[in-house]
Amino acid sequence: MKDIKKILEERILVLDGAMGTMLQRHKFTEEDFRGERFKDWSVPVQGNNDLLSITQPDAIKEVHRLYFEAGADIVETNTFSGTTIAMADYEMEELVYELNYQSAKIAKEVADEFTEKEPHKPRFVAGSIGPTNRTASMSPDVNDPGFRAVTFDELRIAYKQQVEALIDGGSDILLVETIFDTLNAKAALFAIEEVKDERNIEVPIMISGTITDASGRTLSGQTAEAFLISVSHIPMLSVGFNCALGASQLTPHLEVLAQKANFGVSAHPNAGLPNAFGEYDETPEQMASQIKEYMDKSLVNIVGGCCGTTPEHIKAIADLAKDYKPRSIAVEV
Amino acid sequence: MSKDQKRKYLKLSGLEPMIVSAETNFINVGERTNVAGSRKFLRLVKEEKFDEALDIARHQVEGGAQVIDINMDDGLIDGKEAMVRFLNLIMAEPDIARVPIMIDSSKWDIIEAGLQVVQGKCVVNSISLKEGEEEFIAHAKKIKRYGAAVIIMAFDEVGQADNYERRIEISKRSYDILVNRLNFPPEDIIFDLNIFPVATGMEEHRRNAIDFIEATKWVRENLPHCSVSGGVSNVSFSFRGNNPVREAMHSVFLYHAIKAGMNIGIVNPAMLEVYDDIPKDLLEHVEDVILDRREDATERLLDFAETVVGTSKEKTADLSWREEPLQNRITRALVKGIDQYIVEDVEEARLEADKPIEVIEGNLMTGMNVVGDLFGSGKMFLPQVVKSARVMKKAVAYLLPYIEEEKKKNPNAAEGNGSNGRILMATVKGDVHDIGKNIVSVVLGCNNYDIVDMGVMVPPEKIIQTAIDEQVDIIGLSGLITPSLDEMVFLAKEMERRNFKVPLLIGGATTSKAHTAVKIDPQYKNAVVHVNDASRAVTVVGDLLNKRSNQKYVGDLKEDYEKFREGFLKRTKQKEYLAIEEARKNKYSIDWNSSDIIAPNKLGIQIIEDLDLQKLEPFIDWTPFFRSWDLHGKYPAILTDEVVGEQATSLFKDAKELLQKVFDEKLLGAKAIYGLFKATTINDDDIEITSGVDTFKFRTLRQQLKKHAGKPNFALADFIAPKESRIQDYMGCFCVATGFGTKELAEAFEADLDDYNSIMIKALADRLAEAFAEYLHEKVRKEDWGYASKEELTNEELIKESYKGIRPAPGYPACPDHLEKLTIWELLQVKEKIGVELTEGLAMWPAASVSGYYFANPEARYFGLGKIKEDQVKDFAKRKNIDFEYAKKWLSPNIAD
Repeated sequence: MKDIKKILEERILVLDGAMGTMLQRHKFTEEDFRGERFKDWSVPVQGNNDLLSITQPDAIKEVHRLYFEAGADIVETNTFSGTTIAMADYEMEELVYELNYQSAKIAKEVADEFTEKEPHKPRFVAGSIGPTNRTASMSPDVNDPGFRAVTFDELRIAYKQQVEALIDGGSDILLVETIFDTLNAKAALFAIEEVKDERNIEVPIMISGTITDASGRTLSGQTAEAFLISVSHIPMLSVGFNCALGASQLTPHLEVLAQKANFGVSAHPNAGLPNAFGEYDETPEQMASQIKEYMDKSLVNIVGGCCGTTPEHIKAIADLAKDYKPRSIAVEV
Repeated sequence: MSKDQKRKYLKLSGLEPMIVSAETNFINVGERTNVAGSRKFLRLVKEEKFDEALDIARHQVEGGAQVIDINMDDGLIDGKEAMVRFLNLIMAEPDIARVPIMIDSSKWDIIEAGLQVVQGKCVVNSISLKEGEEEFIAHAKKIKRYGAAVIIMAFDEVGQADNYERRIEISKRSYDILVNRLNFPPEDIIFDLNIFPVATGMEEHRRNAIDFIEATKWVRENLPHCSVSGGVSNVSFSFRGNNPVREAMHSVFLYHAIKAGMNIGIVNPAMLEVYDDIPKDLLEHVEDVILDRREDATERLLDFAETVVGTSKEKTADLSWREEPLQNRITRALVKGIDQYIVEDVEEARLEADKPIEVIEGNLMTGMNVVGDLFGSGKMFLPQVVKSARVMKKAVAYLLPYIEEEKKKNPNAAEGNGSNGRILMATVKGDVHDIGKNIVSVVLGCNNYDIVDMGVMVPPEKIIQTAIDEQVDIIGLSGLITPSLDEMVFLAKEMERRNFKVPLLIGGATTSKAHTAVKIDPQYKNAVVHVNDASRAVTVVGDLLNKRSNQKYVGDLKEDYEKFREGFLKRTKQKEYLAIEEARKNKYSIDWNSSDIIAPNKLGIQIIEDLDLQKLEPFIDWTPFFRSWDLHGKYPAILTDEVVGEQATSLFKDAKELLQKVFDEKLLGAKAIYGLFKATTINDDDIEITSGVDTFKFRTLRQQLKKHAGKPNFALADFIAPKESRIQDYMGCFCVATGFGTKELAEAFEADLDDYNSIMIKALADRLAEAFAEYLHEKVRKEDWGYASKEELTNEELIKESYKGIRPAPGYPACPDHLEKLTIWELLQVKEKIGVELTEGLAMWPAASVSGYYFANPEARYFGLGKIKEDQVKDFAKRKNIDFEYAKKWLSPNIAD
């Protein structure tokens, strides 16, 4: 299969859209989440979307298929919460390896189907590594700013387990995403480097932070450029932003990356900002018209969607991306 | 490195990026958060006083440190734990965490623990080949994986590099291992090439400085992309106790080392003389030593140092600088703020010049440009600049008659006074506060702007007319009380209506970027800038008037304010408020049956005429005094601060002198009126006062922001027993003033062209008024009311408000409504009895006055009202029997959008 780095120089790659939004359509019940295997699990598991890779694999595969059909080059594995830290809520720490392995495996199966049909457009699987639900450089207790709910080593160990399973399951890329605390991401990068070193392999890495509000900073307070500097020690396929904001609010921050990064630049924004009911109501056309600005300004190499986006959104974006040249990646001397 | 090869820059990050490029010249690393370097920091860490330790870090960042070095290597502390704890606390302080951290330890486990808690890109200080290649490689690999830059000490298995060849040998070897074997980014490598003392008397130390400098040059030329750093104070170690010599040595060393390529360093800015200011003879002796230019350099410097010992910098300078060329003398007088010889020097310049105006445009401006540059780069502080302005004014005043005469002789000559622009400055209608405005005026004046200062309480139509008549280039508005905010909005609207194009500057204590962006900026199509710092005023004005680039600047500004506005409005929308009825249900409830209510010893109104001001001195809170001069830090620590200590001490000395003069010559008058009354709360939020046969009502405002469960919505009325309780309660009101005579004194100073003392007297009068309020409150607590007759508090405790009961002031957070001042004035007959007046903006005149209420309940506390909703404003208007729109106007800064 053709090297993804080569392809990245030739065209804008399209990432898939939201998994959660698609799964909501099934209205899975607690029983559906449990399936036969976990019918006697001691705690409720409804809402544990990652679990569906084991209990409802066909539904997950269907979502991947719809995104590939819409024109995505890369789909993300259904593993956003696949660490022992995030799985603690469901008491499923023991299942972390299996969840990640299965998720990567089924995504890869669908990707291979498409690559076989359309060899000129190979499809890739990005192992999704979420931020976990703890922050390593902020205190959850306002009265004790020096307190930390998780340490770097706890994160590193949890991430390492996830990374190994994602690679074993067949991920082509690792995607550290929705980074709200750069220190969490640094722990993930540290774990990835350890695995690469131990196995003597190379894996393309995508990194995607999230700017949480109009202040233009990450939740942990960094500006876009400070974030970029803090993660640039690892060779990356791309660096970018996702989630939290809609496409148009993301533009100024992408401009910073586009100007300063020696890697590809990615963006997978939400379908606008959530309305009063927490729903995303930006239509595919509206979103595509904003993403067109990225392309007109040559800001991106990889583009896709986050919360609230659907295959229709991705199709609109993919149709647009075909006609544009990617941002040229500055080659370091 | 060939020239066309693109240079890679060291990039670090805290919350914000920091890039060490060719333009950054020299990065100063703050070194006070180092237990080995600062005894105070060590003590604080040992005593676990981390809050104060954080203040040291904050201070350094405020003082201009671009990176802060943190070191916890001490036998008596658990270094790893202290490092992690301190770094975690720093991460919670955005004003410190914005700069990158240098994690400094000789122990690897402390370094690694530090790397694990910092999100930004740090610098590790340091690793070396001391323990061999294996350990060096293992650590370097880890550092790369943690994403940090690293300082490499010039140290190997044999020992520390102490000559030119060894420095090169070790750095080359380290570089090759890191870059060629480990693929370590070369731009992330910083070499510490060991700064060792010179002039120790030992023959082998003679080349210590010059070897460092030459090795630096070699490293920068032969090891591409690396940086070079070092701890500078080492070089002068043998002259401990002789600061003038040490300071000169540091400057000379840095001057040459920076030229050779040293681009990062640990330097104490207080121990640094300006290179150009080093007396010639001292410079020569020091350079002989640093550059090893003579066999007997050390002996000669030692001999010379004897003559410098014990004499302060100013005194040694005094002897020589009068001999220098004219321009140097004038520049020196301006930079140092010495007005003794300025007339004599200006006269000499005038005789040399063709026309007297040339002295201003030439000699004086040359000097003021030096002042401007030093101030702009943080090497001079505000009080010094104001002193410079005093000298400048004296010089100009001396020249003016000659210039007038010249004009008469030569009426057709172009006027050209070389001014950078004309700026109107005014404190808006209804407001009397002008210290900040005067400081900005002086600083701008120093930078060659013509200032049209309209003074205080200036009505908008007068500002507009003057702006037109005087063809000003910028209008600057200042104000301290909240109603001034509306005045500013109004003026912006007027400027738009009258089709003005000139930029509008907004400053003063209650102004904010938020208010400017949300309320003022949208009213005026042209530039509106919030400037709350005199040092920023110069750059802002420069950018606004720069014909080549100001359009882009204004465009960016407008965009920035618009973004800020959007963000702000979005954020405020998310807050939830309670209806006023709901908020009242969640009031703060005191158990009145068990509450300790003490009847005052003396009910009724009392007056103090002509208090002996000297009694107030112990009550003065000096910290805000320094803040009014843009010197930040707590008193008394500020006097010994690394960065501003010297200036603060000198300012404090001048303040004390003037204060003594005020005491001795009774230059200011102090009066007070106060009263204690029966009081009861009615209908939740109103307090009814009985004074003799009359009753008065204070309408208090209640917090409406939705609180977490269990947290009440406060109003001041909650601290007074309600009618239903049938318990007799009490409250008091007061007004103190120390400003009688301030205006006259300030005017006298101004007439004498002495802005420094004009600003000083106002700042002192303000402090005295606050001190009087504190003094009177104590007297009331102990005597007149007597509920705290046994209280013994120090001044620090008073400042920290450790006393029982509160004295909130109308216009401040607990009761932002200025209208209630009218009730106090009526109740106490303030104007009639002691002569303090209220302006139409309800500011007090004289400005150095404080008024407020007394609440004695032990549960009474200070709080901030926050934003309120229109339903309460309506209710408030009804209760007060005033027009809704009128109430809205007065409360607008507190009404949620």
